[in-house]
Amino acid sequence: MPDVTTATRPITLAIMAMGGQGGGVLSDWIVHLAESNGYLAQATSVPGVAQRTGATIYYLELFPEAEAERAGQDPVLALMPSPGDVDIVLAAEFMEAGRALERGLVTPDRSTVIASSHRVYGITEKSAMGNGILDPEPIRDQLRQHALRFIEFDMEATARRQGSVISAVLFGALAGSQTLPFPREAFEQAIRDGGIGVVASLRAFDESYQQAQGVDPTSGSSNTSPRETEAFPKAGESELDAMLTVIDSQFPEPVRQVVYEGVLRLIDYQDLTYARDYLALLQQRQARLQKSDTDHSCMRELARHLALWMSYEDTIRVADLKIRRSRQDRVRNEVKAEPEQIVYTAEFMHPRVEEICDTLPAGLSRWVMRTDWVRRPLAKLTQRGRRISPQRLRGFLLLLSVASLRRWRRRTLRYRDEWQRIEAWLTAVDRAFGISPDVALEVIKAQGLVKGYGDTHQRGLASFNSVMLAFERFGEEPDAATRLRQFRDAALADEKGEALQRSIGEWKPETNLEAGTSRIAVKQL
Amino acid sequence: MAERTFVEETKKLRLGEGDTFQGEGILAVTKALLQSGVAYVGGYQGAPISHLMDVLHDAQPILEELGVHFENNASEAAAAAMLAASVNYPLRGAVAWKSTVGTNVASDALANLASGGVTGGALIIVGEDYGDGSSIMQERTHAFAMKSQIWLLDPRPNLPSIVKAVEMGFELSEASNTPVMLELRIRACHVHGRFQTQDNQSPRFTIDEALANPVRDTSRIVLPPASFQHEHEKVNTRWPAAVKFIQEHGLNETFPGEYAEIGLILQGGLYNSVIRGLERLGLADTFGNSRIPLHVLNVTYPLVDSDLASFCADKRAVLMIEEGQPDYLEQALASILRRADIDTRLHGKDVLPKAGEYSGKVMLEGLRGFLAASAPELLSHNEAAPLPDQATPTLPPRPPGFCTGCPERPIFTAMKLVEHELGPRHVSCDIGCHLFSILPPFNIGNTTMGYGLGASAASAFHGSKGGRAISVMGDGGFWHNGLTNGVANAVYNGDDDVLLIVDNFYSAATGGQDLPSSRAENPIRHTNIPIEQAVKGVGVKWVRVIDRTYDVQRMKETLTEALTTKAKGPKVIIAQSECMLNLQRREKPKVRQALKEGKRTVRQRFGVDSDTCTGDHACIRISGCSSLSIQPNPDPLREHPIAQVENSCVGCGLCGEAAHAAVLCPSFYRADVISHPNRWDRLKHRWRQGIIQRLQAWHEKRLAQLPPSAHFSGETHA
Repeated sequence: MPDVTTATRPITLAIMAMGGQGGGVLSDWIVHLAESNGYLAQATSVPGVAQRTGATIYYLELFPEAEAERAGQDPVLALMPSPGDVDIVLAAEFMEAGRALERGLVTPDRSTVIASSHRVYGITEKSAMGNGILDPEPIRDQLRQHALRFIEFDMEATARRQGSVISAVLFGALAGSQTLPFPREAFEQAIRDGGIGVVASLRAFDESYQQAQGVDPTSGSSNTSPRETEAFPKAGESELDAMLTVIDSQFPEPVRQVVYEGVLRLIDYQDLTYARDYLALLQQRQARLQKSDTDHSCMRELARHLALWMSYEDTIRVADLKIRRSRQDRVRNEVKAEPEQIVYTAEFMHPRVEEICDTLPAGLSRWVMRTDWVRRPLAKLTQRGRRISPQRLRGFLLLLSVASLRRWRRRTLRYRDEWQRIEAWLTAVDRAFGISPDVALEVIKAQGLVKGYGDTHQRGLASFNSVMLAFERFGEEPDAATRLRQFRDAALADEKGEALQRSIGEWKPETNLEAGTSRIAVKQL
Repeated sequence: MAERTFVEETKKLRLGEGDTFQGEGILAVTKALLQSGVAYVGGYQGAPISHLMDVLHDAQPILEELGVHFENNASEAAAAAMLAASVNYPLRGAVAWKSTVGTNVASDALANLASGGVTGGALIIVGEDYGDGSSIMQERTHAFAMKSQIWLLDPRPNLPSIVKAVEMGFELSEASNTPVMLELRIRACHVHGRFQTQDNQSPRFTIDEALANPVRDTSRIVLPPASFQHEHEKVNTRWPAAVKFIQEHGLNETFPGEYAEIGLILQGGLYNSVIRGLERLGLADTFGNSRIPLHVLNVTYPLVDSDLASFCADKRAVLMIEEGQPDYLEQALASILRRADIDTRLHGKDVLPKAGEYSGKVMLEGLRGFLAASAPELLSHNEAAPLPDQATPTLPPRPPGFCTGCPERPIFTAMKLVEHELGPRHVSCDIGCHLFSILPPFNIGNTTMGYGLGASAASAFHGSKGGRAISVMGDGGFWHNGLTNGVANAVYNGDDDVLLIVDNFYSAATGGQDLPSSRAENPIRHTNIPIEQAVKGVGVKWVRVIDRTYDVQRMKETLTEALTTKAKGPKVIIAQSECMLNLQRREKPKVRQALKEGKRTVRQRFGVDSDTCTGDHACIRISGCSSLSIQPNPDPLREHPIAQVENSCVGCGLCGEAAHAAVLCPSFYRADVISHPNRWDRLKHRWRQGIIQRLQAWHEKRLAQLPPSAHFSGETHA
């Protein structure tokens, strides 16, 4: 009869990966490693459609051959991972480690989890109209809590540093974790025997091996923060100094940074006068807000959103940004160009009659839009998009001439339209201050709905208008802040604005937003 | 066969007596076929048996040496029909396909084959795509075996058992004049293991010998009166012969155990899961030595009544472990026990789930349930308590999707844009990669009715006056049966709808196999048969060929035209671009080589300007490319993540075309990265840079002088 108490159990490994991450290569390495070192190996997977970018699991069991020979029998190995039965979980992406957790494959009595901390966003996270990124922290907490051992670092970064792929990094981390009964050299031999990308894989393996043992590869080098915040420049000019003094003396500390950023943005966008206008608009409100806005969130958000709105994206701005010196370096960096490589870009632009008219003086612009024989041929001309290369003379000169229109920006139709909207919005914000800081904060944040270009911009504006109309109509109701917040979320729920209309309809089913008079007088947007 | 080559794998087919094969289950089957003296092999690709087809395709020299004919059949029906060669001649033949979908298609030929019976061994290898990761409807092949009376093998999922099943399958088929199905679950097909090989055998009787001496036997043809005779033969002659063979050769296995008053009866394919379950309950060791007796059905149809009766006779209770539904085996066992007047309590789908895959967890719980009901004393009390169910935090769903740079994506981008303009349409889908359109972000497609049936599935709407329906079909489905069922019949019925044929040069979803319309020169197949000609040949008048699917604007215009034209008859759009997976597999090594040799190469990829992107993600909603992702907004004033293109971008061009066609935003750029630039490149570049840099400096200075402005020429904002 079998002795079920002392028998050797197989080592079980689950590789959680996505199609194209090299889970198969990793699985092959482990099989080869085991078979070359006196172990029987069984590996299975379910490729097929899951291979095409979907989540997929490779499952392996390893069993000492000597043990099988002693018993005179082959072990019976499982073909899929079971909860409570997995020794090692390898996750090529952080949320996939979460999937192992969900499947119950991580248990405190035996599971070592080796996961890359980097994220590959899912389609629902990416396609959200706002921020759809899921929070990894709850998963991290549970992994810490439920795994016997939890090894985590950014393997994507390691792969990038070493010019290799994530499977090699995982293999290195597996070796470094010392959870398998094989020496480091045996792992490296498996890579060599695999024969593909050996040198780079071994480099990635080496760094990862050390990282799994707690060595930080970036220690020594300066740690750059992921978000480059703009340092306020040492202003040589007196006008700028004056503004600095104003910001420091008149705004509370938590607000200052955003106001700095706003001022800088608007100088960069237009000129010092424009920045001064911005500062003046904020100053007027700062005085009024001092008492009620205890945590300064209203002021901070207002400073942020006003700066964003004042620096609305018109063709002048876009052209201006595309021809900057710093931009060429950013592109080279992004496409990972080596110094000796030459990079040209083709910018995909599609200015339509609307955008062209935006940059014309208001009078002329209105005339073009009114006059069929001008507008029609122009529309036909702009039916197809253009590819413009700022690194070639023709493209550069075209963009340069558009960017140079900046000095006439204040006369353009777009400028007038935007300022009409900004003033209406500021009036609403002022009105909301009188109701409560919570409502005011929502009115301010509604500006965030306006973004993008062309149709996207139109849609955002429509959502913004709906929220503002709702505010006009019901801003004084006790639950106004909560409702407005829900509207903002609903506006970002779908492209057609159905959720927003539904949401407003649910609040006041009897009210039709399109008709009726408002109780709070706000200039129609 | 462009997706990958199988040179390494074909070497394994040459292993001889006493060698050890190490590799995948389905490859072991392929080797076993050659060891069994098979005379012809065919089939239709599809996970999990694609590799069998791929490897045989690349193993032409070996097949020629042995005298084995290999056919890429047009469909599973065609493959099943090929087994007709074993009806009159003692030829061993084997075919393979994905089941149950393939078996559905093949069932007409299978029924005819099984009716008349076979002389030579006929083996049907079915890759059972059931459970986790499956892409098809969840059904059992078992029903087909029962209805046509084809024997069904379900061996234990280890390589020696699988190889033995192939060899015994041929013998069983010959002994009982009945075709035999070998059912392999998806994981067994892909399992890596080992077995001791034998020399390959040339067929004892060859197709040449058969054709040199044609045999005709009307009693084998399915026509009255023979067809009536066949039915009697099946139950009175062939069935008993099969049962006798199964018993004599011990195809089913009984393993003893000390707790003999209970027992487990299981499908062979589930053996490993059952043993692991018992092991975790402390009732078996890793080598499969169980304390509870097991009766393993390596043949699940027909059942050997007497074996089952004697296994059960002295037991208080037995558990029938049978995956999928209906519970054919459990019903059959109940009937066997009742007839034999055996009072053993029968458990099955009372303690195990009625439907769904029997995963490790399910199996463990089922066994525990059985023991709790019939032998609670065996449940050890120190067994680790099951983990409390904890709520896992939200995870992002990861549906399969189009590959990076897939030429099918822009088709659906265009369709999405047309939908914005003309309103939603009924879209009838087919089988193939393009079916990913039903998932986010496209959410296009109403039904899918089977391979090559996209057009047929829209037939009911042909008479509608409420706007045209759109059907979609891949080149795989088109050649499988879509040309006749879909296109020719749409012409015949005077249909007025739109059919979009995706021609990506391969049977892409099944692994990139060649097709009649493939562009590759295939040394053993005839390719380059244009779909356009075929379509016109069956009478379609309105045909548009778009030879670059990435041209979203043209795609959009053509679709709009098809939906709005006054022309009568089916409107066929053939959208052509090569499958990116295959294209990259072919081109990447060439580029790598060129770079190594220092040759001038231009790599194109896309990027998003973090300066101008406002984080709306409209571009992602009409693309869904895995290399088009998001990143935290570097702008300190903005909150929403911005789009970014990852370095995995292959520069297919969709991002730019979509930005143009959808008038999205000016953030997209295409970067042409020139490696090893030549002298002329460098000269031009230096010259351009020289002038541009001067202009930039001039521009900055001019802005700085603008009264009263002070333009910041320093770093831009982030």
